[in-house]
Amino acid sequence: MSDRGLSLPNRMTAGLSPAAWLSRNGGLAALVVLLLFNILVTPNFLHAQTLAVNISQVATIALVAVGMTLVIATGGIDLSVGAVMALSGAMAPIIFTSAFAEANPALGLAAAFLLPLVAALACGVFNGALVAILGVQPIIATLIFFISGRGVAQVLTNGNLQTFNHPGFSYIGTARILGIPFQGWLVVMAAALVWYVVRFTASGRYLLAAGGNERAARMAGVPVTRVKILAYATCSLLAGIAGLIVVAINSASDAARIGNLMELDAIAAAVVGGAALSGGRAPIWGAILGAVVIQLVKYTLLANGIADEVALIAKAAIIVLAVYAQQTRKG
Amino acid sequence: MNQTDAFDLRGLMSRSAQMSGVWVALAAMILFGLLRYENFGSAYNIGSFLNYNSMFIVISVGMCFVIMSGGIDLSVGFVAAFASIVAAYLSPWGIVPGLIGGVLAGAAFGAVNAVLIVAMRLPPFIATLSTMLAAKGGALVISGNQTVAVDWGSNFTTLGMEKAFGPIPWTIVLVAIVTVLLWLLLERTPLGRTVLAIGGSEEASDLMGLKVRTAKAFVYLLSGSCAGLAGVFLASGFGAGQPLEGTGWELTAIASVVVGGTLLTGGLGSIPATVAGALLLGLVFNLLNFENGLGTISLSAYWQMVIRGAVLFAVILLQVRLRRGSNRIGA
Repeated sequence: MSDRGLSLPNRMTAGLSPAAWLSRNGGLAALVVLLLFNILVTPNFLHAQTLAVNISQVATIALVAVGMTLVIATGGIDLSVGAVMALSGAMAPIIFTSAFAEANPALGLAAAFLLPLVAALACGVFNGALVAILGVQPIIATLIFFISGRGVAQVLTNGNLQTFNHPGFSYIGTARILGIPFQGWLVVMAAALVWYVVRFTASGRYLLAAGGNERAARMAGVPVTRVKILAYATCSLLAGIAGLIVVAINSASDAARIGNLMELDAIAAAVVGGAALSGGRAPIWGAILGAVVIQLVKYTLLANGIADEVALIAKAAIIVLAVYAQQTRKG
Repeated sequence: MNQTDAFDLRGLMSRSAQMSGVWVALAAMILFGLLRYENFGSAYNIGSFLNYNSMFIVISVGMCFVIMSGGIDLSVGFVAAFASIVAAYLSPWGIVPGLIGGVLAGAAFGAVNAVLIVAMRLPPFIATLSTMLAAKGGALVISGNQTVAVDWGSNFTTLGMEKAFGPIPWTIVLVAIVTVLLWLLLERTPLGRTVLAIGGSEEASDLMGLKVRTAKAFVYLLSGSCAGLAGVFLASGFGAGQPLEGTGWELTAIASVVVGGTLLTGGLGSIPATVAGALLLGLVFNLLNFENGLGTISLSAYWQMVIRGAVLFAVILLQVRLRRGSNRIGA
């Protein structure tokens, strides 16, 4: 947030020396190291089940990280993603266990997917409008839903744990296609779509322009307000989907726990993937890579009997290293 | 973002309106409480309200310094949790070692933040996010994942549980002393003025020969120490070091600073208004508890978070209006 305007296009400083390569591709290097370590040390790592477990867990982080990358590309940040996940995750079971859904199963299931996502989208538009139209700082604008979004979810469910048995809804969390969990495919499709939009459409180029230098972009006629709202809306929508997946995996919905601290994982994944907090860059596949690295660190430590709390410290170290590598790259 | 012309009298007046708004709102809420609820002004309510909120006031004041310098400190909540455990371990030796140990533990995390931000030039958001994770992990590690009971035989719990005089608890006396000292430091010393100057423009401050790096390191050390002090209050007031407390405290502190009218872009701020902001947010809970007690409404604890978010939203809208007003005058 303080180094706005300092970010040079990284091509300018990209030499071919190993150090420069490493700082540009730190995420990739981390992934290779993690994979090698696990193959050598962790028992049963090269096993289809291990792959499936990791994919099903990384999917939610990856989805949110893709959205977060878009928001970070505009020079913003979205703290509300975890709360939005809780909101959509709390709404879905309420809808498909209602009397209406019992009477009309197909319609009820469709509503259970659609209405929570509409709510998530509305949260995103609200965030985006505060930031882009009223000029509120992104941290503060998204702080509103960070505080109250989970509260709304808990009010809706009265704070109760909702458990259910609904194969139709659980499909998005438990089904496998060609041995890969459904949500893994979903992430790849969502990322491909977002990547295409960023890379090849006018809206995508506007997004990067708005994040790179907002004043210049405005003067050049870029619809900055619109693309910013779009970025926050997309981020919330993806968080909403992630919330539904979490609930589907667990066949249970606890508004207090869905998406807890997800904003941190998502920001970490985006940053490890190469997003610059000053904006102007949207490495979508980098976000996926970052999410995989974060997930693998968690898995590696857990599978080797190291406690969860130490994993937190390791995650902190990774974030620092990733961003420090970016900083040195800028010179 | 705000008026750049510091000598514009009307701009200044509107900015002071931005800060005095919080006093008017606070006075109105207190008056409302006094008129509506019988026991609102009772010694018991005043004592417990001040005692509980002393933690939030002290971290908000630390946060105010960080924000005035143009930075942010996300680590305060879990640093407070970490410090509460350190203080609990030191409690058999009494309050003084507990107090010193807790504050030093907080200062240690502040020092890490200072190194990451000043020496390694990481963005404050990322640096403090990492120390936040590290502090959470560290708190769980040193506490063995459970609350650490304090020694009730020593005088350690005096600070958090007993009154200095009348309804006034010891914690708030300590907070008052710290706050006044820090206020004087901000208003009357070169260091304090430098903090504000950095927030206005870091580059200009550097070119003017101000000790930018010292001042930046100072604000993070201070914020860490304040979080440490809050941790001591926590351990002393609740009789245990609590590794799982502190979630969302950083956002409460940021909200208090914002409600107090301090601009998140730095360069402007008020310590007394920040204290008022923290009291205002605490009072929302207090008033709701009384309203519940009257039996006219029955709002669950979950509603309180929703309402807190709504209050923050209202304050943000007010600030936007005031800022627009001052811009229009200046234009």
